[in-house]
Amino acid sequence: MFLVVVAVAIVRARDLFAAAMLFAIYSLLSAALFVVLDAGDVALTEAAVGAGISTILMLAVLALARRYEHPDHGHNRGHKGVALAVVIVTGAVLVYATLDMPEFGSPDNPAQVHVGPYYTEQSYPDMGVPNMVAAVLASYRSIDTLGEGFVILTAGLAVFALLSIKPTRRRRKHPGEDNDDEEQRP
Amino acid sequence: MAALGFFNYWVVIILMMIGFYCVIARGNMVKKIMGLNLFQTSVFILFISAGKIIGGSTPILREGVDVYSNPLPHVLILTAIVVGVATTAVGLALAVRINEAYGSIEDDHLSDEEPPKRGRAKK
Amino acid sequence: MRDNGILRIVARFLIPLIMLFGLYIQFHGEYSPGGGFQAGVVFAAGWILFVLIYGLDAALKVIPERAMFILMLLGVLLYCAVGVANVILGGHFLDFYTLLPSPHAAQQFGIITVEFGIGVTVATVVMLIFTMFARRKSEWDEAPYEAEEDD
Repeated sequence: MFLVVVAVAIVRARDLFAAAMLFAIYSLLSAALFVVLDAGDVALTEAAVGAGISTILMLAVLALARRYEHPDHGHNRGHKGVALAVVIVTGAVLVYATLDMPEFGSPDNPAQVHVGPYYTEQSYPDMGVPNMVAAVLASYRSIDTLGEGFVILTAGLAVFALLSIKPTRRRRKHPGEDNDDEEQRP
Repeated sequence: MAALGFFNYWVVIILMMIGFYCVIARGNMVKKIMGLNLFQTSVFILFISAGKIIGGSTPILREGVDVYSNPLPHVLILTAIVVGVATTAVGLALAVRINEAYGSIEDDHLSDEEPPKRGRAKK
Repeated sequence: MRDNGILRIVARFLIPLIMLFGLYIQFHGEYSPGGGFQAGVVFAAGWILFVLIYGLDAALKVIPERAMFILMLLGVLLYCAVGVANVILGGHFLDFYTLLPSPHAAQQFGIITVEFGIGVTVATVVMLIFTMFARRKSEWDEAPYEAEEDD
């Protein structure tokens, strides 16, 4: 329930610094929820990534951009009404869809019946590794992990490609702030 | 009592809709990226809660524990979390560049301005 | 933040602990929650703390940017190399059973190596991304103004 409160607070916060801090709280709360739901590896990853890396990167961007979100103009009100309607309709459809879904935590979930028991029972005889999640991740589903390594590599290269050119400023007669342009590095 | 069985799904749907609203109804780009992250995290909660067995425990083999939760969703979500942080990083890098080129990261400022003149230094 | 005594002392205590913890998570990934991703992120977080306290230049002397590039690529290459080695030794891609005689030991060796590759890649990519972001600010402040164009 705290998650919902924090999420609403993030949306409404005008000071982006406060929103970043609330975002860190949200990540930490969801990591705690993962622990309650018996997912140790996932909780560790979410706590490290969400509360650590994502928050730090957002703070870094806030150091470069403006800190406060712009208040709504008049012509934006109509947009927000439509957005709210879309969100409510989608939410209602999804709630209708969940009425057919299996109950929380029952052992004869469809998710539990097919491959799950095989992994749970066979991973130690196959591999001798107690941590089933690591065994599945690195050995049964190894190609997915390779693909993920490539995704991370590509993200690093993309950020490097975007941010390696030095910026230059340019005076502009437009009202408001400086805006800028880049030039090639010599 | 059937409603309690669905409670976790409804909480996830509420979180998802809040994130969705944040993505489409806020103009500030950093806020949009935060909304995207909210959305992603709520989907993770959905998957993990679908994989839980009541009375089970963390899927690491130990003494004295018989029932384990399903390890398969955990694996998928681990990959998804890392892909999510990769997406967030690239999105924030784009936001930084847009800020430099146009001077702001708000939607309505951006649609009003013409593209900046590219100045190539004569070499 | 270098001059703040409390921060410096606490950081001097915490940063080696964080890095050690990251290595612990990496190599105990088979017995406790952990593995490559978590370890990489925790290790990078320790380095980011170092940057926050001691400044970007000092941190880049410890792990220079070229080293980050090379390690980033080597991690994924290690993963692919293990996979290809399996093919060369006669099995499927990423099979692991062909590496060592006993099946359990082969799987464990394969898993440790693969997770190490992933851990190195994740750590260096996160460090690189943070360096890129952190350097933008000082580059921006020093950015020269372009010559005026006649509008």
